[in-house]
Amino acid sequence: MTSPAFVPLAITVFTPLLGMGLLAVVRTLSLAGWLNLGLVIIEFSASLVLAYDVAQGGEFIAHSFHIDAFNVYLVVLTTFVGLTTAIFSRPYMVEVCEQGHITSRRMRLYHSMFQGFQFTMLLALTTDNLGILWVAVEGATLVTVLLVSLYRTPESVEAAWKYFILCGVGIALALFGTVLVYFAAQQVLSDPEQGLTWSTLYTQAANLDLAVMRIAFVFLIVGYGTKVGLVPMHFWLPDAHSEGPTPVSAVLSGLLLNVALYAVVRFKMLTDGALADSLSPNTAGYLMMAFGLVSFSVAVLSLQRQRDIKRMFSYSSIEHMGLMTFAFGIGGPLATFAALLHMLVHSLTKSAIFVTVGHASHIAGTQSIEHIRGLIRTQPGVGWGLLLGVAAIAGFPPFGIFTSEFLILSATMQLWPWLTLLLLIGLVVAFAGLFRNLHPMVYGAIPDGQVPVKANMFPVVVHLFLVLWLGLAIPAFLSSWLDEVTRLISGKGLL
Amino acid sequence: MNLSQLPLLEQAIFVLAALVVLTSFSQLAQTRLTASIHSFAWQGAMVAMVTVLVATASGIPHLYLSALLTLSLKSLLIPWMLHRLVRRLNMEREVETISHPALMVLAGTGLVIFSYWVALPIERLELAATRNVVAVSLSVVLLGLWMMVARRRVVAQVLGFMSMENGLFLAAVASTRGMPLVVELGVAFDVLVAAVLFGVFFFHISESIDSLDVDRLNRLTSLDVKDHQAREETS
Repeated sequence: MTSPAFVPLAITVFTPLLGMGLLAVVRTLSLAGWLNLGLVIIEFSASLVLAYDVAQGGEFIAHSFHIDAFNVYLVVLTTFVGLTTAIFSRPYMVEVCEQGHITSRRMRLYHSMFQGFQFTMLLALTTDNLGILWVAVEGATLVTVLLVSLYRTPESVEAAWKYFILCGVGIALALFGTVLVYFAAQQVLSDPEQGLTWSTLYTQAANLDLAVMRIAFVFLIVGYGTKVGLVPMHFWLPDAHSEGPTPVSAVLSGLLLNVALYAVVRFKMLTDGALADSLSPNTAGYLMMAFGLVSFSVAVLSLQRQRDIKRMFSYSSIEHMGLMTFAFGIGGPLATFAALLHMLVHSLTKSAIFVTVGHASHIAGTQSIEHIRGLIRTQPGVGWGLLLGVAAIAGFPPFGIFTSEFLILSATMQLWPWLTLLLLIGLVVAFAGLFRNLHPMVYGAIPDGQVPVKANMFPVVVHLFLVLWLGLAIPAFLSSWLDEVTRLISGKGLL
Repeated sequence: MNLSQLPLLEQAIFVLAALVVLTSFSQLAQTRLTASIHSFAWQGAMVAMVTVLVATASGIPHLYLSALLTLSLKSLLIPWMLHRLVRRLNMEREVETISHPALMVLAGTGLVIFSYWVALPIERLELAATRNVVAVSLSVVLLGLWMMVARRRVVAQVLGFMSMENGLFLAAVASTRGMPLVVELGVAFDVLVAAVLFGVFFFHISESIDSLDVDRLNRLTSLDVKDHQAREETS
């Protein structure tokens, strides 16, 4: 069965695979940068066509790809952030190359792996097969390990090694969980080949053996949770974010964490189906709430004592991923809607922040917070970008994160009123930590000899504008879209 | 269900699965690198043999293919690569000191018991036999994990990682008659790429810290501490 929407899907998913091979052989640096940009433009346009088709024709399954409202929205987000990051990375990486941090051979590796990363992300999102999902997420680990260690400094090699080992272990546990799901499926389905097909499993979820599914989900949340950055499996995240090149930090925080969380939510939908008639139907949700809350609390506290600007923002990523995991765990339409919105706005804001931070550390010549000073006076664009970005991520009112955090808080208020207090305190503490460090960085006195750098703030402006727009008024098509996803996940729409 | 009532082929599968756990233990306590690599190669061979037995018992043809894949990848190619690396980095004679080998093995035993406890809730009658296999393969996974945590050498960590993969494969083959072929190929591809990357990293790590001891991979944490000390001194 081939649906007309399959063509844009194939273009979206397989263009990066093609690009990975192509960019591995292109030797000219500037050509590779432009080619990379061209490829992501194709991916983004194809994903828009795909989203339009799905909006018109509804979900479809073809050639073991499964597209519904949930993943198509993440596909568009992935290609969009990929696009803006490529716009930023082209001149940025040329400059890095000119400064002599990196040889042109490694630049080839960078561009090729950038496309490789896009491919694994898009494959993980669109596939209907839980085994392929695992293969793609593991593939993303392998690709990003190469990207994190790109500069080959002792620190970056160490960060990449820790990342490799920790995520390798985590993802192995996720495979064990997947095997258990397959095992449970085989007792129910007649055709063993269908045993990992998510859409088939979802229709049969109520028949799956609940003891097996419960054990499986524990492995899955620990496994994929490692990639989400949930505490206590989060140690790789600050290292990898701080030592990798800036565009890589942007896509790691903006995309990879989302895709891992997407995998957890897909499995939660299956587990909820299997446990629906049992004594504790919400086991998966409770687990996610617990992991989410612990991550949130630990991250806001760890954020306080960071001295490296990228490390600080990576702890802020852990905080927000914890919040989303918590909200998906609560379940119900309101919390789910809030979590979906939060996924969107956090991705946009965090990748904008990392891009700005890249410029800021370029200006100061270091990533140490103590030595980044007077950004607004040196280069107003970067300074204001950082200020507004942090205001957005801390949850200031006009921005979208305020809306989604407000919704998460109201959902918590309805079901777990006491936890609202914990969340509020956490948000205030995170806010204080961020602003305490931000203030001198943005306003402080300019160190001698600090000069502006060539900065490309276009992606930041676009992202922050979108976040602002989402905070002021969510467009009707987007809210009904998110509502459809909410209906898919929690069984009931919000609107 | 009494295990001795099962057909001989199934019983042989259980015996081999138990032997796989045994090789895990021998890797855990082995201080000489080359011997650990050999023991890992044997483990791969036994997992491949389990796959052949399952293929014969169930008559699923693609399992022969995955048995061949496991044999060539896990018991020939990867051990050979590790061997070559160890030789090129001049570590053949190196002996790693394990501070408390007895405690380490004892903790490993605890992990096996834990795995059985985890598999306990699977109580549907027809699954009783599979419960054993799930527990055994989970213990291989956890022993690999334990090896990665407890051992100090980069090579030992890689062996732990790879033997975790063996445990996963064992679970897939023995409890579910193998995953769909496309998934198995994907997993095998990932493992192969991971092995190559590990090799690349050996060189980077030995270049940057002049040793393959993970205890010396501590720049990122010590940076933080140094910074902290510097601040305390100034204040």
